[in-house]
Amino acid sequence: MNRDAQPILIRNARVMDPASGLDEQMDLAISGGKIVELGKTLAQTDEMQSVDAAGLVLCPGLIDLKVKTGEPGSEHRETLHSAGLAAAAGGVTTMVISPDTDPVIDDAALVEFIARSSRSKSLVNVLPAGALTKGLAGQKMAEIGLMSEAGAVLFSNGDQSIASADVMRKVLAYAGAFNALVSCRAEDATLAGSGVMHSGELSSRLGLKGIPIAAETINIARDIALAELTGGQLLIDQISSADGIALVRGAKAKGLEVFCSVSVHHLTLNELDVGEYRTFARLCPPLRAETDRRALVAGLADGTVDAIVSAHDPRPAEEKRLPFAESTPGACGLETLLCGALSLVHNEEISLIELLRGLTSGPADLLGLPSGRIETGAPADLILFDLDTPWVCDAGQLLSKSKNTPFDGRRMQGKTSATLVGGEVVYDSHGLFAG
Amino acid sequence: MTATNYSFAKPHFLGIAGLNRPEVESLLELADRYIELNRRTVKISDKLRGLTQINLFFEPSTRTQSSFEIAGKRLGMDVINMMVQTSSVSKGETLIDTAVTLNAMHPDVLVVRHSASGAAELLSQKVDCAVINAGDGQHEHPTQALLDALAIRRALGRMDGLRIAICGDIAHSRVARSNVALMNLLGAEVRLCGPPTLLPSDADRWGAEVFHNMDEAVTGCDVVMMLRLQNERMDSAAIPSAREYFRFYGLDRARLAKAGKQALVMHPGPMNRGVEIDSELADDPQVSLITGQVEMGVAARMAVLDMLVSDRADSDRAGDAP
Repeated sequence: MNRDAQPILIRNARVMDPASGLDEQMDLAISGGKIVELGKTLAQTDEMQSVDAAGLVLCPGLIDLKVKTGEPGSEHRETLHSAGLAAAAGGVTTMVISPDTDPVIDDAALVEFIARSSRSKSLVNVLPAGALTKGLAGQKMAEIGLMSEAGAVLFSNGDQSIASADVMRKVLAYAGAFNALVSCRAEDATLAGSGVMHSGELSSRLGLKGIPIAAETINIARDIALAELTGGQLLIDQISSADGIALVRGAKAKGLEVFCSVSVHHLTLNELDVGEYRTFARLCPPLRAETDRRALVAGLADGTVDAIVSAHDPRPAEEKRLPFAESTPGACGLETLLCGALSLVHNEEISLIELLRGLTSGPADLLGLPSGRIETGAPADLILFDLDTPWVCDAGQLLSKSKNTPFDGRRMQGKTSATLVGGEVVYDSHGLFAG
Repeated sequence: MTATNYSFAKPHFLGIAGLNRPEVESLLELADRYIELNRRTVKISDKLRGLTQINLFFEPSTRTQSSFEIAGKRLGMDVINMMVQTSSVSKGETLIDTAVTLNAMHPDVLVVRHSASGAAELLSQKVDCAVINAGDGQHEHPTQALLDALAIRRALGRMDGLRIAICGDIAHSRVARSNVALMNLLGAEVRLCGPPTLLPSDADRWGAEVFHNMDEAVTGCDVVMMLRLQNERMDSAAIPSAREYFRFYGLDRARLAKAGKQALVMHPGPMNRGVEIDSELADDPQVSLITGQVEMGVAARMAVLDMLVSDRADSDRAGDAP
């Protein structure tokens, strides 16, 4: 955060704040890295840089709870620096870094390393997630308390669920004492086995081994029961199915502290996007049926889904240019998080403000962050975006070191124009702030 | 004074649960007198001379077994120690077989420790003599609670109205269960503190307030009792590491400073120095009651033995009891 930066006045923007429901044309003033004033027509002082944002949406910067980089350990895939570039271009101002690096972030010193080194390396805010279990092996609880103190904002077991219900029970109970959020993928590894896509007619026609929805719902049901038993806070990471959403909806109706996220890809794509064995569409969990996708969107609209994540997982060509079943699952998502999600608005599946809630205040509330909202005193983590401009996604143009996006070749509508982190302009595609 | 002044109608001493306040007060008063006897050079009373005490320990123990042995010998009893291995045979069978065998030798009191909760109770149903529970699984360790109460009363003059925090592995602790019951009986306010993996969520129904934050738990306490963290807990994924445990649930001076000004530290032993308690604190006679607890142990156990079996002894020989 640059407190000495010139104060900025953004005028005539369509200000949207999902936290308060605000959606009006307004001016917003930034000073000392914070939002200092919001009003219909704000007075401009000489020292202020004035920016006319007519026609653009101004909303809180996106908060992405699930980002993988390759740092440390696999820097050829992605570094904190390159992920920061991609995030800024995508309108993401805060990214939570998944602990599944090499070494695994399962120790307070490593959490501190990510938190400290990120400040100098990344354009956007980086928050470390700690590993739930040592080495992500799912057996021995990691030092959740010490990592919390060192700055871990949530605890995750990466892309592996914890096979042992007893270990899951213990981490949920233990984390409760530190008010720590436990984030876990829901997948029964024995049932998912060596499956590579959604189990159904298409997978059998393609001759690819399927992963049944039960592989997800069995673990969701188990983990909800354990959250109820222990009183722990559970974030189910990347739900993919209608049945999974129904389970979370039921848990919330019971008053449990159960939350869930969905990836932008699962909200906008389905199993048909695998098409002729497109490995960019090989994800974990797999893209499901269209009815599942619709249920995920409905869950987002009714508040069952708390956060939309990019599930950013950069994979270089050598991991994707392979026969489908031999390729590595995962997709880049930081740069296409907002524009990919906007297609739901253009298709009239969800309102813009409901969509933005899942990208801003929803995840901010899960982590207890002061950002993710537009109010005076909040950090000036903001984005300006154009809702309508059409463009075609070209994976080759991605700023990520890896180029694996299932949106490659897709027609998009709407794009980030500028990104501010702590009042500092970190991305400005149209030179809005250049003058 | 003879034991007839005290009322103790129960045939066995299996747990604090089921005792009433007058019974406990009587035991504590009697124990107080035995402390005086124990500080004399000649410590022998022949009050229970001719009676036989068998220490039946199915779990290894140093301090409890020797404490019971000394207690019995100072009362003039013949004391036999039996260490029983529990390895191969089904435990229920072994326990009852052993009980029947020992019963045939006509002991007057059996002191039993067993790794299974309820073992002392089961044994008491099978023998004709008095049974004292010296620790059954994760259930009760009533003589430990009694000696802790004795130590607190002697140090602070009372138990009523004291605020006491019991911290550590509550879930697996028979010491905690017996102490909560006894401290409640004597009017203390009891707090329990430990990580949620080592503190059952329903422990608030034992008559104690449950904490997971140690700093909050010790605030304003008169006594902080630390429990031993068993090494096997470390391997069972209940806590991540010894260093994290000490950071959040260990007792050091900084943390003790949050308790009352004259707060005392207790530990049933054996201690894991640097895991649940700072070594220097444990050894500081100004705040640590830990060594005193051991002294109280012998007296408390003499009181229990006296109460339970003195009517078995010939009244002629009850001579110079305190």
